[in-house]
Amino acid sequence: MAQTTPGGAPLLEVRNLKVEFPTRRGTLVAVDDVSFAIAPGEVLGVVGESGAGKSLTGAAIIGLLEPPGRIAAGQVLLEGARIDNLPPEAMRKIRGRKIGAIFQDPLTSLNPLYSVGRQLIETMQTHLDISAGAAKQRAIELLQSTGIQAAQQRIEHYPHQFSGGMRQRVVIALALAAEPKLIIADEPTTALDVSIQAQIIALLKKLCREHRTAVMLVTHDMGVIAETADRVAVMYAGRIVEIGPVADVIHRPEHPYTVGLMGSIPSLVTETERLAQIDGAMPRLNAIPAGCAFNPRCTRVFERCRSERPNLIPVNTTQAACWLHAR
Amino acid sequence: MSALPAGLSPSAAPASGPAAADGRAPAPLVDLTDVAKYFDVSAPWLNRVLERQGRRLLHAVDGVTFQIHAGETLALVGESGCGKSTIARLIVGLYAPTRGMIRFDGQDTSILRAAAGRTLRRRLQMIFQDPYASLNPRWTVGDIVAEPIRAHELIQDKAAVLDRAGELLSHVGLAAADREKYPHQFSGGQRQRISIARALASNPEFLVCDEPTSALDVSVQAQVLNLMKDLQRELKLTYLFISHNLAVVHHIADRVGVMYLGRIVELADKRTIFGAPQHPYTRMLLDAVPDLNMTGKSRTPVAGEVPNPLNPPSGCTFHPRCPHANERCKTEIPLLKQAPAGGEVACHAIEERRI
Repeated sequence: MAQTTPGGAPLLEVRNLKVEFPTRRGTLVAVDDVSFAIAPGEVLGVVGESGAGKSLTGAAIIGLLEPPGRIAAGQVLLEGARIDNLPPEAMRKIRGRKIGAIFQDPLTSLNPLYSVGRQLIETMQTHLDISAGAAKQRAIELLQSTGIQAAQQRIEHYPHQFSGGMRQRVVIALALAAEPKLIIADEPTTALDVSIQAQIIALLKKLCREHRTAVMLVTHDMGVIAETADRVAVMYAGRIVEIGPVADVIHRPEHPYTVGLMGSIPSLVTETERLAQIDGAMPRLNAIPAGCAFNPRCTRVFERCRSERPNLIPVNTTQAACWLHAR
Repeated sequence: MSALPAGLSPSAAPASGPAAADGRAPAPLVDLTDVAKYFDVSAPWLNRVLERQGRRLLHAVDGVTFQIHAGETLALVGESGCGKSTIARLIVGLYAPTRGMIRFDGQDTSILRAAAGRTLRRRLQMIFQDPYASLNPRWTVGDIVAEPIRAHELIQDKAAVLDRAGELLSHVGLAAADREKYPHQFSGGQRQRISIARALASNPEFLVCDEPTSALDVSVQAQVLNLMKDLQRELKLTYLFISHNLAVVHHIADRVGVMYLGRIVELADKRTIFGAPQHPYTRMLLDAVPDLNMTGKSRTPVAGEVPNPLNPPSGCTFHPRCPHANERCKTEIPLLKQAPAGGEVACHAIEERRI
C-alpha cells in the first residue's frame, strides 16, 4: 500500500518495512509494517519519542542496521529499484552517491586523522568521475556554500579544529559531495545550540532546494520539523500513526497520540498553567499491547482498539492509524 | 520581534516576583553579589616553563548579581558554555566562588562546604540533567530517596524512614512499592521523578534544577514540568531553573536571566523577556527558536557563534555578533542597569537609546 506523494513518481518508496532484533528471549520487532514515500526534492519529517523506531527506519533504508538487527520483511525502493536486498558492496556504492547521511554527532561522522579536504575529495573521487584538481576545487566551493569562511585554508584543517556548528557544516558538505538524490538526516541539529541550530536548518533547506535533494529528516524536535518539512510522519512503538502535510498534522492532528504530543510541547507564545500530558510511557518492545499500541494511554480508547490493530486510514488531508476515524 | 523598548505600554512594567506587591521588598531568599568563578585551565607546569606560556584562566562566571525571592522561579537561559550550570553549582556549594558573595536566607553560603553548613545544606537541593548518571545503580530506589533523610538524621526510626521514602515516591507519581527496585528498571522520566523525590526528602525550601528535562522526550518532559509546578504550589518551593530551551523557560519561570559568556545580559520578568526583549542577544535567541507556528516560513538566522570563553572579545562580549555595536561596545564592558522598558539590561546601545 504505497502512498501517493505530491509531484509524480516517488524517489524513495518504503513498503511494509519490518525491522527486528532476534534475542535470546525472543524476537523484538522495532519497526513494524512501515510504508511511506518521498518525492524528489521533498522534505519528509519523521518524529517520535526515543525508541519509536524512527532512527532504525533511516538506518534500514541506507543499509546500516547494526547486527543482529535485520530487515525481516518489506521493500525499500530507490527510483523504482529495490535496494534492501543488495550485496554490501553494491550498497556501499549507493551510500554517498545516491543517498547521503547526516548524523547527530558530527565528530563521529568525520575521520579525525584526515583533513576535511581529503575526506571531501575522497568521497567525490569514489563516486564521481572527477580529477583530483577538480575535486579539490569543488570541495572548496562546497565548503563555501555551507557558509565556512576562508574555505581555501580551512580545507587543510582537521575536524578537531572546527567548532560543533562548523563541523556539522562540513558533514553537510560531505553528504552533498557526490550530489545524492536523497539525504537521511538523523537528528542533525540536536547536539547544537539554538542559534547554530537555526543556521544549520536554514542551510540544509537552501542547499536541498538548490540541488532538488529529497530529505528524510529524523528528529524529536517538532519545531525543527515545522520549519523544515513538507510532510511529517509521526511514529509510535515502531509504527507510523499519522502522516500528512506538516501544517495539518501540527494544527489539526487526527490521531490521539499526535494530539497529546502537540499539546505537551511548551509554547513561546501562549501561556498555559499546565501542559497537556499523556500519562504513562511508550511500551517497551517486548511488551507492546495487543490492538493499537497506544490504547493503554489513549483517552478515547474503545473496545476495538484493544483487539484489532489499526492501519493508516485517510482522514481529511492526513492519514491516521486510529479506529476513531473508521466509523 | 520588532518591539521597541521606548514604545512599550506600562502594562509590561516590572512586576518582579511576588515581593513587589507591598512596596517594600522582603529580603531575597538567595542573593548573589558580583559572583565570579574562574577555572585554571593552564598547561602543566613543565609545559608552561618549556613553552613559555603563562597561566590561563577560564572566566566561566564573571561578575553576576541577582536575587531570587521565596516562592518564585528564576530561570537562567543561554547557550552552552555561558556559565549557567556553573552558577547552579556555585549556589549549592559544589564550587567555591573565586570572587563575590552568595547568601541564602541571609547566611553566607561559604559554610556549605564545611561541617557547619549541614543545616543549610538541608534547605537547598539540586536536580541534575542526566537521570542516568545521577542515581547510584547499585542502590535501591528506596535507599536513594532515603539517603538525605538518613544523612540529615531527620527521622530516627528505620521503618519510618522507609515509609517516608515510599510517601515521597508516591508524591512524585511513582508507587511506594517501587522502593525495592533499582534505577535501571525505570525509564528516563521515572528516574527524573526519583531524583525529584530524593531532592524533596530533606524538606528543602529551594531547588536548583540544572536542565532537568533536557534528556527527556517532550511528552515525558510535559509530565515532569507539570509535576514540578504542582510541587512548587503544594510545598511553596523556590526554584532556580537552568535551561537552554526557551519554550520550557517560558512555561515554568516567573523571571528570566539571559546569560552570555559568563555574564547576565538581561534580567526581567517573563512577560518582558518574551514579549518585549531588549538586549540584542535575547532578541537573537528568541528569533532562533524554531516554532510550531513557523511552518513553511523561512527567516534569516543570525550569523556567528559563541566566541571561545578562553579568549573572549573585548568590551561587550557580544559585540562581534551584534548589529548595533559601535566603538564604545568594543572597549567598555556594559553593566546590568535598569532598563526603560522594565527589567535590567547590560547594553550600551539601549542605555544610549540607540535601539
